[in-house]
Amino acid sequence: MSAFINHFSFEFRTGIRNKQLLLMNYLFPLGFYLMIGFIMPAINPLFLDTLIPAMIVFAILAATLLALPDQLVTAREDGIFRSYKINGVPASSILIIPALTTMLHLLIVAAIITITAPILFDAPSPVNWLNYALTFIAMAVACAGISLLIGVVSPSTRMTVLWSQLIFIPSMLLGGLMLPYNMLPDVAGKISQLLPATQAMNAFNGLAMGVGADFNPWGSVIVLVLSGVLAFGLAIYLFNWDRHNTTQRGHPIMALLALLPYAVGIFLL
Amino acid sequence: MKDLVIEVRDFRKTYGNFVVVDGISFDVKRGEIFGLLGPNGAGKTSTLESLEGLREPNGGSLRVADVDPSREPRKLRNILGVQLQSSGLSESITVDEAMNFFCAYHSVDPRYDLLDRLGLTEKRGTQYHQLSTGQKRRLALGLALAHNPFVLILDEPTAGLDVATRVELHNIMREQQAEGTTIILATHDMAEAEEMSDRIAILLRGKIETFGTPMEITATGAGLTKVSVRTESSSLSDLGITFPAVSQRVSKDEYSIYFSTDIGPTVSAIIAHIEAEQDRLIDLRVERPSLEDRFLEITTTGDAQ
Repeated sequence: MSAFINHFSFEFRTGIRNKQLLLMNYLFPLGFYLMIGFIMPAINPLFLDTLIPAMIVFAILAATLLALPDQLVTAREDGIFRSYKINGVPASSILIIPALTTMLHLLIVAAIITITAPILFDAPSPVNWLNYALTFIAMAVACAGISLLIGVVSPSTRMTVLWSQLIFIPSMLLGGLMLPYNMLPDVAGKISQLLPATQAMNAFNGLAMGVGADFNPWGSVIVLVLSGVLAFGLAIYLFNWDRHNTTQRGHPIMALLALLPYAVGIFLL
Repeated sequence: MKDLVIEVRDFRKTYGNFVVVDGISFDVKRGEIFGLLGPNGAGKTSTLESLEGLREPNGGSLRVADVDPSREPRKLRNILGVQLQSSGLSESITVDEAMNFFCAYHSVDPRYDLLDRLGLTEKRGTQYHQLSTGQKRRLALGLALAHNPFVLILDEPTAGLDVATRVELHNIMREQQAEGTTIILATHDMAEAEEMSDRIAILLRGKIETFGTPMEITATGAGLTKVSVRTESSSLSDLGITFPAVSQRVSKDEYSIYFSTDIGPTVSAIIAHIEAEQDRLIDLRVERPSLEDRFLEITTTGDAQ
């Protein structure tokens, strides 16, 4: 237990000390939130209804997809995991602890957004706080899981950027953050259901903000949690201490299984 | 407690069709410093990493204090300390955090005394990337020693260190040896290997090319022993004088220098000649071939083959 607490405490401090992590955990999401908060409501007053969930989903996407995979690949390539293995640090701790500390940073950012948005921009607060917290956790677990999986299967930091952007950019365009789901063409809407951002915005809107969901919001929560758990499991299974001259336990393409709940959701939700 | 702490038997490591280590065998005794030398690609790293439990052998067997490194990782981590060549530490971790972190996973109290001993007390709050190369190497050694390992693997422990730090690290290694710790030393520094190692194995293309004490290794081979002689008068200045087993003679700074293939007869004959000429010996130096000379001889001959 002492080792876990020690590891957690060190990783949490790294999230603030490391400039890149500080940028992705705090500066980028909060800076973007302030910028969008001042600009978007002036262009589209209806945007205010979803300002808080949209900015929280953005913060989760930035802190997980844009930071976690790179952190994992860099540590592996620098031989840090080899040193961890020699000293008895379990693979599960190597993956789960950074994910948990990222969630803790996200909790702080989410609290800042949730408290300041009504004051600064007159944005409406959530109407159901329990569902709000639940959706936040589901989205954080889903994105942290996918990010770990990207970090585990990527051979280099260059590849992590590619894989991460394959989810991040469509999420920004189709995920319901800037453009509501109901304004998307049918096909684009269905495709967007493959993205965690779409599911999270649907759940936030339907369960926490009182705006109304576009499809089954509880289904979205279930999809997020299932894909998150699946991604964590796959990341631990596919984890390698070092990619040079070692045998992979499974083909990296297995990582796509984490998207299965989203694919099934398209037909069921 | 068995006297043999590390037992390597017919160890073989391959990557695909490429054979990196080809059936090597050696033992390391308790409290011994064992030098594992070889040029890049000779199989040193694969051997060390297999002993550390990072790689699985493709043949043969490895035992570290009766523990199979690839099958008993939990037991291994308690008896083995490793100072890796690469950092193995996060850039933003502080010296104190690193000590706390690894000690926590070994379930031992943090060894701040080691940080003190290694001259890192004032750097306890400093992040890893802000440390100098020497401080990084010292921290890596401190972390490897923190749980009082029975076996210590040191990979290039003094690379990039200044002379004082290097001497201090050598002293620590000797202290560990005196306490019964078995040390495997992998280094490209032949002087260090010769000075510190009780026995040495030189690997070449996956096989042990030569094995023994530094003395035994340097005594074999075609290396010539250098005999430098200075006398009061010039009884050795005549180029026509010959001595047994001398293959070459040069003069430098009032010294007559002879390269001998058999030191005993050469020195006896030189002294006899000086006495016969009623000259007086001022200085006589005998320099046997160094480990570096022998290493170069082995590796260049091996490469030529």
